[in-house]
Amino acid sequence: MSNRNKFHFKKSIITAAIALSAGFFYSCSESGARNQSLPILGEREAVEREVNGQLEVDTLYHQVPDFAFVNQDSQRVTQETVSGKIYVTDFFFTSCPSICPKMKSQMLRVYEEFKGNPDVLLLSHSIDPQHDTVAVLKDYADRLGVQSNTWHFLTGEKDSIYDIASKYLVAVQEDGDAAGGGFTHGGHFILVDEQRRIRGVYDGTEEASVDQLLQDIPVLLNEQQHAQN
Amino acid sequence: MRKTKGIAVVTGILALTTLTQCFTEKQNEGQRLYEANCQSCHMEDGSGLRNLIPPIASADYLQKHREELPCLIRHGLEGPILVNGQEYDRPMSGLETMRTDKITNLLNYIQTNFGNNNERYTLQEVDQLLESCPPHQH
Ligand code: HEC
Repeated sequence: MSNRNKFHFKKSIITAAIALSAGFFYSCSESGARNQSLPILGEREAVEREVNGQLEVDTLYHQVPDFAFVNQDSQRVTQETVSGKIYVTDFFFTSCPSICPKMKSQMLRVYEEFKGNPDVLLLSHSIDPQHDTVAVLKDYADRLGVQSNTWHFLTGEKDSIYDIASKYLVAVQEDGDAAGGGFTHGGHFILVDEQRRIRGVYDGTEEASVDQLLQDIPVLLNEQQHAQN
Repeated sequence: MRKTKGIAVVTGILALTTLTQCFTEKQNEGQRLYEANCQSCHMEDGSGLRNLIPPIASADYLQKHREELPCLIRHGLEGPILVNGQEYDRPMSGLETMRTDKITNLLNYIQTNFGNNNERYTLQEVDQLLESCPPHQH
């Protein structure tokens, strides 16, 4: 570590400490409100930049890249759709015989809780887009009794879907194993903030884990509101 | 004389316990099979999933289509059906390799649980019903 780097390292630790304690006081002063905050998940990077001849260190957090898919109503769904909103996302396929119905029954809990809130969206990506066409997704969503302005069922380029799955830090795979319906995937629900940073990963097949998600969403909404003021 | 009576009583009790054990075992087998093969779709409480997956719980289908159920388990089901007045139309795949006795236990489990109180099947009956399944894909 060069001297200069050391200096910046020290400085960033101090900055972090100040930020942390500020956050601490801030949350203490908020009587009644939750004084918890959600972690920012994924790899982070320290980037130096020059401001008025001085080097400063910024932390770059892992961010979900831009995307473009199509939902059950043939509407394009992109980063613009989720702009200024938080969302919960998962990966599934309509003919999945194993964990998907359970995941969907749990995602329905999230839907019912937040369907009246325009700042919360749900994005379910099909990992079998060849079979899960717009029409198939439409039938699926209708039978679930959910609306596309809250819950988007997405299909699109297979490569793009598998690629974005890895950006949400979940693994999906085609495996030709008939018992699992030909695909493997974890039953994760991922909570994403306004800046498309990952703020929570939950087990969508476990009621208790989804209980936690239901508690975390208001915490994140609260944080975003304060960030705007 | 008294001794023989005693032995008879003991044998009787023994036979009874084995029998009841056998029954609970069968009951457990039905439940185990349900948990392993059906619960992921029809849910732990048999409630199904909205209009995607029909309920097992208090489902009129179990009574109305009683005789078709063994074939349904073995070969699956496709096409629109009505359950408690609601239409469902998504394919369910069959369990081609499940033995007849297991199908019997499984069916008796769903026919007598989840709020259902329907007639049980005998092994012979299920065997017969399976002989004459309608044409299917497999
Ligand atoms: C992949 C999901 C899935 C699995 C696993 C599954 N089913 Fe089904 N089941 C369905 C669907 C979907 C239908 C509706 C079929 C139709 O619309 O033609 C159905 C229909 C039924 C029906 C008739 C309608 C009703 O609900 O009364 C019964 C009985 C039934 N299933 C029992 C079972 C049993 C027993 C098992 C376990 C051996 C099982 N199912 C496994 C999805 C599934």
